[in-house]
Amino acid sequence: MRATQWMGKNHVEVNEVPDPRLLNDRDAIVKVTSTAICGSDLHLYDGFIPTMKKGDILGHEFMGEVVEVGRGVSNLRVGDRVVVPFPIACGACNACERGLFSVCENSNPNAGMAEKLWGHSPCGIFGYSHLVGGYPGGQAEYARVPFADVGPFKVEDDLTDEQVLFLTDIFPTGYMGAEMCDISPGDVVAVWGAGPVGLFAVASAKMLGAERVVAIDRFGYRLDKAREAGATDVLNYEEVDVLDALNELTAGRGPDGCIDAVGLEATHPTTAVDAYDRAKTAVMAETERPHALREAIMACRSGGTVSVIGVYGGLMDKFPVGSLMNRSLTVRTGQAHVHRYLKPLYEKIRDGEIDPTFLISHTLPLDRAPEGYRMFRDKEDDCTKVVLKP
Amino acid sequence: MSSSRTRPAARRTARVLGLASAGLGVAMLRDPKGVARVSGVDDSATALSVIPLVGARELLHALPLLAGRPGWAWTRVAGDAVDLTAMGVALSHRGGERGRRLRTATAAVAGLAALDLLTAARSRRAGSRSAARELLPSSAPWKSAIDVSAAATVNRPPQEVHARWHDFSRLPEFMAHVREVRPAGIGRWHWVAEAPGRRTVEWVAEVVEESPGERIRWRSLPGADVENAGVVEFRPAPGDQGTEVRVRLAYAQPGGKAGKAVAKLFGEAPDQQVRDDLARFKQILETGQVVRSEGTPEGPLARRMAKQQPAVPRS
Ligand SMILES: NC(=O)c1ccc[n+]([C@@H]2O[C@H](COP(=O)([O-])OP(=O)(O)OC[C@H]3O[C@@H](n4cnc5c(N)ncnc54)[C@H](O)[C@@H]3O)[C@@H](O)[C@H]2O)c1
Ligand SMILES: [Zn+2]
Ligand SMILES: [Zn+2]
Repeated sequence: MRATQWMGKNHVEVNEVPDPRLLNDRDAIVKVTSTAICGSDLHLYDGFIPTMKKGDILGHEFMGEVVEVGRGVSNLRVGDRVVVPFPIACGACNACERGLFSVCENSNPNAGMAEKLWGHSPCGIFGYSHLVGGYPGGQAEYARVPFADVGPFKVEDDLTDEQVLFLTDIFPTGYMGAEMCDISPGDVVAVWGAGPVGLFAVASAKMLGAERVVAIDRFGYRLDKAREAGATDVLNYEEVDVLDALNELTAGRGPDGCIDAVGLEATHPTTAVDAYDRAKTAVMAETERPHALREAIMACRSGGTVSVIGVYGGLMDKFPVGSLMNRSLTVRTGQAHVHRYLKPLYEKIRDGEIDPTFLISHTLPLDRAPEGYRMFRDKEDDCTKVVLKP
Repeated sequence: MSSSRTRPAARRTARVLGLASAGLGVAMLRDPKGVARVSGVDDSATALSVIPLVGARELLHALPLLAGRPGWAWTRVAGDAVDLTAMGVALSHRGGERGRRLRTATAAVAGLAALDLLTAARSRRAGSRSAARELLPSSAPWKSAIDVSAAATVNRPPQEVHARWHDFSRLPEFMAHVREVRPAGIGRWHWVAEAPGRRTVEWVAEVVEESPGERIRWRSLPGADVENAGVVEFRPAPGDQGTEVRVRLAYAQPGGKAGKAVAKLFGEAPDQQVRDDLARFKQILETGQVVRSEGTPEGPLARRMAKQQPAVPRS
């Protein structure tokens, strides 16, 4: 089959590789009909996440048709159309039983590796380094899906791939980001990053009843999309001082909920500050460029919530812990527990409450994945989200 | 005698610290003025002469750290303490933008210092871990022992978890280096384990205690290729979360060549091997299978972690 392979930093190729085979009774093989490139893939592309191996198949946002099922899978049949959540979860451990699917205790065979870096291991993830399992991803013609009796969600209504594809990751992620803010009437929510994840966080904060939703980014075209998604205000962090602007907007309170939808590759408008973290990451003295997170903490209203859905990998410098502690902030985080959002969010799409297709800017054949990666990273041609068709 | 061996985790952190040291060191030697500026001490002539010295120090302990010798992190801790003191002195004399930059640099050094302390402390603990070796038979003379332990919470009731372990002949399903365990009389089992170089080691073990749903203890009988003993304990986990499983194993390590062979049996990461065995045990009980990826087709396996296959299906 054809598959998108990580060949080194800034280098992906689409090559011929062997077809996947069932490795366990609870596996299924899915013929991929649509798959997407995610901001998380960019962290791999840019070389920020360790333990990638040359040849690893990328991609954790994919859907398609079931073509083979293991003996232990009774709820799926060949021919079923499914979306596949990006976290791999067993459904039986304590974490899964509590709905914390992205920290499933069984699905990462390389848990030992993750424990060294993080103390405990999260779940396994498709196409997302060996630290979280060494599973091939779904930017390919076929993918093996472990615990296929737990993850895949059947799409039985007449909806297009484009309408339901983002249930695999970014819609649940954005939704969880907003949900973690415990929004109550009158709340102001600020979202750092107007990429696909930030856009869904904006739309979700609106759905959950925020009074105002502020989107922050440096790309005008993405801020326009944010308005489309329901942002009442947008801030270009290269043009305004974000902290001042948020204080002005909230009459000095600061936003009640602050969502970091940027993650470890944030940029900073002040060259010196930007250079500081670039230098420190270059010599491995830290692994993140956490500008958005620092700012979100400083901006947040006293007693408010900082919701971190942007991805971080290791260790950062200058964490404003004093601001966090002295002002009674709450920090909530996580890779999205996608499984628990599939049904409710699917229903919102089916009932027309949201049309997730608004953020797709490019649809390319799988063979053009390398171009898709480059465009998405460089924000070329107003690129917001790339969908690939195997 | 001790089983002192450096923990692989400590070794890996040591390497990261080594890299950080090397990076900082090079910067300080190559561009002391730049570092002084970023650190907010560029108004001081002494600073300019001190910085390259600090840089040289960073490089000095970068070398052993890069080689993975975490004990050397202590030299870093000492170094960091010197930095912190020096910066503290400088801080009390400075205000404005310069002071701000200096405070930033101090915070950064403090962060590194914390990590250094952690590594050094872990390398200490690795040497003084408690032993499970009172279980070891005293029949044979041995110089030291390898103690390994692991714990996991399994989301199944204690009786069921106990029953699965009690079935010794099925231990190889989750114990990676055990090839076979077959009955050898009442309460006795003949173990065959893989050793490096395609060799095997064998022993007969007797169960010395068994309390259903609570504990199993066993130890090798005289004549074992490797004297060893083990205890596994099962306790109800609080809050209806299943069973807490704790395993402790001890392997006698005779002197000389035989001793080296025993050490090799466990390779680089004896603790990790037992943790992986237990992870597989948990997977079997909770999910009915060992979890495999294309990168780790055998399921959790310490030696595979260093030698991952690419995440691509095999033909
Ligand atoms: N928690 C999860 O489960 C989960 C799931 C998917 C993605 N993610 C993470 O979410 C993050 C965003 O993903 P995406 O697909 O939207 O990626 P993206 O790269 O398209 O979007 C990031 C956006 O942040 C903006 N940005 C950079 N620095 C900023 C700053 N200082 N302030 C404000 N905005 C800034 C960029 O201009 C960009 O538009 C990534 O870190 C990704 O890994 C997390
Ligand atoms: Zn994603
Ligand atoms: Zn689980």
